[in-house]
Amino acid sequence: MILRNAARVASVLMIITLLVGLVSAIAGCSASSPARLRMATTTSLYDTGLWGYLEPMFEDKYRVELDVMYAGTGKALELGRRGDVDVITVHSRARELQFVADAYGVERVPFAYNYFLVVGPESDPAGVRGMTPEDAFRKLMDTGSGSFVSRGDDSGTHAMEKKIWKSAGYEYEAVQKAGTWYIETGTGMGPTLTMANEKQAYTLTDMGTYLAFKGKLELVPIVDRGDILLNVYSAIAVNPEKVNVKNLEMANNLISFLISPEIQGLIGEYGVEEYGLQLFTPCAGNEPIG
Amino acid sequence: MTELWNGLVKAVELIISFDPEVMQIAGRSLLIAVSSAVIGSVICIPVASLIHFNRFRGKRFLVSLIQTFYSVPTVAVGLFVFVFISSAGPLGGLGILFTPTAIVVGQAILITPILLGLTISALSGVDKSILDTARSLGASGLQMAVLIVKEARFAVVAAVIMGFGRAISEVGISLMVGGNIRGFTRVITTAISLETSKGDIELSLALGIILILVALVVNIAMNRIQQR
Repeated sequence: MILRNAARVASVLMIITLLVGLVSAIAGCSASSPARLRMATTTSLYDTGLWGYLEPMFEDKYRVELDVMYAGTGKALELGRRGDVDVITVHSRARELQFVADAYGVERVPFAYNYFLVVGPESDPAGVRGMTPEDAFRKLMDTGSGSFVSRGDDSGTHAMEKKIWKSAGYEYEAVQKAGTWYIETGTGMGPTLTMANEKQAYTLTDMGTYLAFKGKLELVPIVDRGDILLNVYSAIAVNPEKVNVKNLEMANNLISFLISPEIQGLIGEYGVEEYGLQLFTPCAGNEPIG
Repeated sequence: MTELWNGLVKAVELIISFDPEVMQIAGRSLLIAVSSAVIGSVICIPVASLIHFNRFRGKRFLVSLIQTFYSVPTVAVGLFVFVFISSAGPLGGLGILFTPTAIVVGQAILITPILLGLTISALSGVDKSILDTARSLGASGLQMAVLIVKEARFAVVAAVIMGFGRAISEVGISLMVGGNIRGFTRVITTAISLETSKGDIELSLALGIILILVALVVNIAMNRIQQR
């Protein structure tokens, strides 16, 4: 009897809860005025929580709903080319320049940077600690004595990894076939770090995501010096003259917002208190060249 | 194991505290899946009846084909819908990509084969003797059809519940055409996918438990309606 009453109370509670949720969801839908700006961002700016932090400020300032989609740089650029987003924030210099050169993007506006680093198990089974990225990759390839987890998803980080392999003198196809030590996940930075952690493997990561995940990982920085590791984030508005998009003005507002002194300051301070290190260095107007 | 337990505790906490974001996500999941199931049913039950009550060439093949599509991958449906409603696609002008509407469309397409197939099975399962009796009492074709649908209602409701279940539990479509936008198109499954990728296993488990509770409530409600 008691059990039955408890079940009844529980089900009534659940139904009330759901109704509350339903009503707020409906309210959320109907409140969606036409003013929406669609943005695709690289996962590292999302998983670190930076966009979650900046989004409400932008929405308040410009009275607009910012729809933030997270995807690897490759997919973000593709969504831009198709006209499914109005603005993108990505990190892959060569492809961004191509995107603008092909007139899909209006202008490439760098707004922050940090560095990539190779992380791995404390024991450093391949003995690559402190090497240059190229030397470390060569040793991994030559000895096969440590596993390496690759994003394998055409993201900005994956593009950087391919660039290092090339700079170290290897064709990427040869690396992919090199052996079972080379693992391609095809997922975002977070899952890739988690897998590297489980497999006691090395991986290339951006500084921001690594710091944000550090508490859940046993991986330590192994290689973190080398000009090639520079990681610049840019914002690009999709060009309405080439692609069917309608929100150029608001997209430009977002870019102005990102490079405004106030927000640049906030980007520089973001996460410092929590992680003890700077996740992003603001760089509006003067892009560092690696 | 501690993760499982912590997930359970967290689920209870989130429900008791009426966590606004979680409630909104759960409500949105429910709203979208119910819409898909209702739209799917309104279209599929009559179509399934038409298929069942008519004799035509290739009927068996059509039914097999429908049953084959029970196992269509959700990401394939997601991709298919994406290609159509993307700005560069034939229906790009509707501007519904990355909205809840897009998810409803995708889910409705996803569950169409299940609703059609199971409704046809339900109608086929009606006892032949009832039909003979009705015919001997002089029932017209339409009266017969109505009678059969009435007799099969339990199995038809089961089909609808099944379709709802597939809709609320899918993640491929919601992610691909919804975009998992916070406060707009984020549903329970895409939230689980995101939180897991961020390494928050406990919150993900809690959301999984909440999803099952939502389904439980819907099932209880449907059963109550059925028994009347």
